[in-house]
Amino acid sequence: MSHVLTPSQTIGPFYFGTLVNGYRADLAPAGVAGERIELVLSLFDTEGVLVPDGLFEIWQANSHGRYNHPDDRRNLPLDAGFEGFGRASTDMKGEAHFTTVRPGRVPWPAGGEQAAHVNINVFARGVLNRLATRLYFDGDPALAEDPVLKLVDAKRRPTLIAKRDAGGVWRLPIHIGGGRETVFFDV
Amino acid sequence: MEKDTYRRPAAGQHPANLSPAYKSTPTRSPKQPAIVLPQSLSEITGPSLATERLNALESDLTKQRMGEPLGERIVVHGRVLDEDGKPVPKAMLEIWQCNAAGRYHHPGDQHDAPLDPNFTGGGRARADEEGKYEFITIKPGAYPWKNHHNAWRPAHIHFSLFGPAFATRLITQMYFPDDPLLGYDPIYQSVPEAARKRLQARFDIETTRPEWALAYKFDIVLRGRNATPME
Ligand SMILES: [Fe+3]
Repeated sequence: MSHVLTPSQTIGPFYFGTLVNGYRADLAPAGVAGERIELVLSLFDTEGVLVPDGLFEIWQANSHGRYNHPDDRRNLPLDAGFEGFGRASTDMKGEAHFTTVRPGRVPWPAGGEQAAHVNINVFARGVLNRLATRLYFDGDPALAEDPVLKLVDAKRRPTLIAKRDAGGVWRLPIHIGGGRETVFFDV
Repeated sequence: MEKDTYRRPAAGQHPANLSPAYKSTPTRSPKQPAIVLPQSLSEITGPSLATERLNALESDLTKQRMGEPLGERIVVHGRVLDEDGKPVPKAMLEIWQCNAAGRYHHPGDQHDAPLDPNFTGGGRARADEEGKYEFITIKPGAYPWKNHHNAWRPAHIHFSLFGPAFATRLITQMYFPDDPLLGYDPIYQSVPEAARKRLQARFDIETTRPEWALAYKFDIVLRGRNATPME
């Protein structure tokens, strides 16, 4: 029997307390293994105007490169207290702040490994389908061999690579469109 | 090349990102096509939110405050299924909506309609092993939204689900059957015509509770898995 997909709709401007309050933007409480990192994602529209009513979600492997999910059957440690999911709305500066651990590398279906990355969903009023993208880490030697970055035109790859600011915070601006349009993926 | 775990949506199943009648989309839709990503562990895994503890009041939006909210009490229920009709067990559902007067309990909503101190409009539920879920709530009102002259959103409930994977993530809206405003709503109409009806709940007399509440059934279909090739 074949069922037809439920179509996507916008999150709208009034997405709710429950969607945000119940979830941590701090993914890694004390005791979780790995290098603590701070991520700041910011959101801009096609004209470069910041988006103060957006929602970011992140999904990532733990520091050992293991996803907390039954379909990741590799014999790598899971961390108690670390699911790998975070959610935060953008503020009046268009920014959302997360604290987490730097993820380990995960394999690629055709062989080899992907560079460390964080998977991202973008939602906002006016966004009818979730926009999926990724965050990579500037200076990571594995970037050169990452199979996903290889699918992206070299000129656009920097839109996926977070840079560390003077305070040690990893920052990635996400542009829905315009001259610096972020690469989005059909996952 | 490895085969993708989850099927790709066919054309015409989702709205176009750029749907100009919905005036927020021109400045909030990418111009470049999305790059098709072969599905790796990053896409076929996703949060189960298994450690989220839900209390019963979260799925009954009429009992979250001191008193009963105003409006028409309704049961909204259904199943979370995949494209093969298989249940998506234990799926977390999150909903949010305005009150019976058409006002959200949200600081950004400045619509001149009363707030209801007994209704916040947010709820969560976890589907059971058969993918069944149920909420008790209040029928939301229509509200004006300034997209164009005399623009009104049809009554709707926002739904958010993950399903089994990052790839199956869905945020959508449930509408009520045969609402006359559907014919004028650019958000509903952003979905290709053949697929729109999927967003309408069905009036469900079977589940209606005599002397207490009407019921609507809304089944949600997430992406299914590709058949596993025979070894
Ligand atoms: Fe709404």
